[in-house]
Amino acid sequence: MSSIYSEIILDYYRYPRNKGSLPRAQIHARDTNPLCGDVVEMQLELDERNIVKDVKFNGQGCAISQASASMLTELVKGKTVDDVRKISKEDVLSLIGGQLTAVRLKCALLSLKVLKTGVYDYIGSTDATKEEPSIL
Amino acid sequence: MLRRRWVGASSSTSPKATSHAVAAIASYRKARNRLPGLAVPKSTTPTTKLPLTFPGQLAQSTVRGYATQKQATAYIHGKEPYDVEKVRHDFPILKRIINGKPLAYLDSAATTQKPRDVIDELTRFYNEYNANVHRGVYKISEEATAAYEEARAKIARLINASSPSEIIFVRGTTEAINLVAQSWGRTNIGLGDGIILTEMEHHSNIVPWQLLAKERGAHLKYVGLTDDGHLIHDDFRLHLESGGIKLVTMTHVSNVLGTINPVREYVREAHKQGCPVLVDAAQSVPHIPVDVRDLDCDFLAFSGHKMCGPTGIGVLFAKKTQLEEMPPYHGGGEMIREVHLYESTWKDSPYKFEAGTTNIAGAIGLGKAVDYVSELGLRNIQGHERELTEYAHDRLGKVKGIRIYGPENPGTKAGVISFNLGDVHAHDMATLLDEDGIAVRSGHHCAQPLMERLGVSSTTRASVYVYNNEEEIDRLAESVKRAGRIFKI
Repeated sequence: MSSIYSEIILDYYRYPRNKGSLPRAQIHARDTNPLCGDVVEMQLELDERNIVKDVKFNGQGCAISQASASMLTELVKGKTVDDVRKISKEDVLSLIGGQLTAVRLKCALLSLKVLKTGVYDYIGSTDATKEEPSIL
Repeated sequence: MLRRRWVGASSSTSPKATSHAVAAIASYRKARNRLPGLAVPKSTTPTTKLPLTFPGQLAQSTVRGYATQKQATAYIHGKEPYDVEKVRHDFPILKRIINGKPLAYLDSAATTQKPRDVIDELTRFYNEYNANVHRGVYKISEEATAAYEEARAKIARLINASSPSEIIFVRGTTEAINLVAQSWGRTNIGLGDGIILTEMEHHSNIVPWQLLAKERGAHLKYVGLTDDGHLIHDDFRLHLESGGIKLVTMTHVSNVLGTINPVREYVREAHKQGCPVLVDAAQSVPHIPVDVRDLDCDFLAFSGHKMCGPTGIGVLFAKKTQLEEMPPYHGGGEMIREVHLYESTWKDSPYKFEAGTTNIAGAIGLGKAVDYVSELGLRNIQGHERELTEYAHDRLGKVKGIRIYGPENPGTKAGVISFNLGDVHAHDMATLLDEDGIAVRSGHHCAQPLMERLGVSSTTRASVYVYNNEEEIDRLAESVKRAGRIFKI
C-alpha cells in the first residue's frame, strides 16, 4: 500500500514554508481539530487591490495538517481575496496527493477551513458555513 | 427465587463457551501425563526444550530465553498454560484482512472484540426469547427476565459483591459515574465540600464532578503524578487531612499509562476519615481479578464492551448501605412501587435505578462475556497480558527515538503501552500502522489533564487483551520502525 507520507509531505512538515506571523495582517483566523488536537492559524496581508501580499501560518499537529497548511499558503500568495474564496477542497487534496481516510481528511482540510473562515470574516459575509468544507 | 438462584447456583457457563479452554487444558494434561520427566524440581532450571504442543508460544518463549523456566514453574504450581491461539479462534473478527494484512487489533483499552459466544447469544435472544423483563407473565418474558437477572448474578460473582442487588445496569462507566454524581453527589456534597480525584483520570471521571462541583459550590482536589506515572501518595494524604473531603474518586488502572493504583490502601485511608470511595474500574475488571469486598470501595464502575460484551451496557456496583440512601437518578417506568398524581414511591435497589426498558440484550450479552472471561480466568488473563506487555516493552524499547510513558517496569502495570517516536505525531503513527493492518489508538485518550502532565499533546497507545499474541507485537515493532524510517528519525 502506498503511503500518504510522501517525501513532499514530510519535507513541508519538517521545513514548513511561510510559518510565522504577520503583525499587520488584515485576515486572521484560527481553529482546532478537537479529535487530533491539531491547531492551525492563518494570517493574510493584503494590498490595496485585495491581493494577498504575504501570508503566514502557525500551528502544531500532525504532518498532514501542518504540511497542508504550509502548501496552502503558497497557493494563496498573489491571489485576490475572491480567488482565495474559490479554492476548493479538491485543490488542497491534489496538493497533498494520495488517499486519505475520512478521519484524516479533517486534518488535511483544517487549514482550508481556517482560511475560508478568515476570508469570510473579512468580506463580511454571513454564510461562511456554506463554503466550509463538508468533510464526512 | 432469584436470590436463591444466586446463592446456590454453580457457574452456569455454556459448554461451547469453554470448549476451547477445556480442550487446551485437556491436551496439556495429556501431554503432561505422557511426559513424567517434566516434573522438574522447583530448584532446577530446565535447559531442555519442553516437548509440549504450544508452537507459537513455546518457540517465541524459548527464543526469549526465560519462559522455559516460567513454564516449568507454572506447571509446578499447577497453573495451566495460556493457549492464545485457541482463544483467537473464538473471535471471528480476527480473520479480517486490513490493507492486505491480517487485522492486528491493539486497541482493546478502547473496546474489545467479541467472542462468538457473545455474538451468538445476542442473536439467540432476539431470535428466541426477546421480550420485556419483569413485566410479562408469559413464557418468553420469564425466560428473558431469568437471563437478565442471571447476568446480574454472574456480574456480582465476578466482582464478589455481597448480593446481585448491588449491581445496577447502566450504559457504561460514564453513566455509572454520572449516576453517583447526580444521585449520591447532589445529596451528600454541598457548599465548600471537597472531592479528591487524580491527574490520571479519564474525562468521564472528571467532568461529572466538575458539573457537580459547579452546581454545589464544592471544589476538586487532584492527586499528582510522579514522572513515571504513579500517584503521589503524600498528595492524597494532604488533601484528605485538609478536611471537608466528602468523596474520593479514582481510576483503578490508567487507560493511558497502565498504572495499577493501590486502590485498597487509598480506600482504607479514606474510610478512616469517613470518606467513601468510587473506583473507575473500566480498565481493571476486564483484565485483573477485582474483588469489591477486598477493595472495600463504596462504588465501582465498569463497561461491558471493554470485556468482550456488547456496547451500551455497563455496571455500577454500590454498597447496599449507599444505595438505600440514594434517591433515583432517572424517573419512569419499572423503578416505581406506586405512582400517584403528585407523588410516587420507589422500588428497592437495583430497580430504583433502572428506569424504563433497559438494555436487556446487552445485559444478557454481558452475562455471556462474564462467562467467557471467567472461564479463561482473570489470573490467566492478567498473566498473559503481563507477558505480552513485557515483550512489547522489550521490542519497542529497542526502537531508536521511542519514548514509552508510564511505569518503567512492565511487570507492574496493565497491558497498555503509550508511546511517541521522535517528532512523529501520534495520528501519523496510527495512520502508518493502519497501513500495516495494525489498529491502535492515537490522541489524548480522553485524558487531557494527564497529557498536560506528560507534556505532550497526544500519544500512540497499543493495548492488549486475551487474543493478542507475540506475533502481533512483532508486527507492531516492525511497523513503528518503518514509521521511523519514513520520518527519518
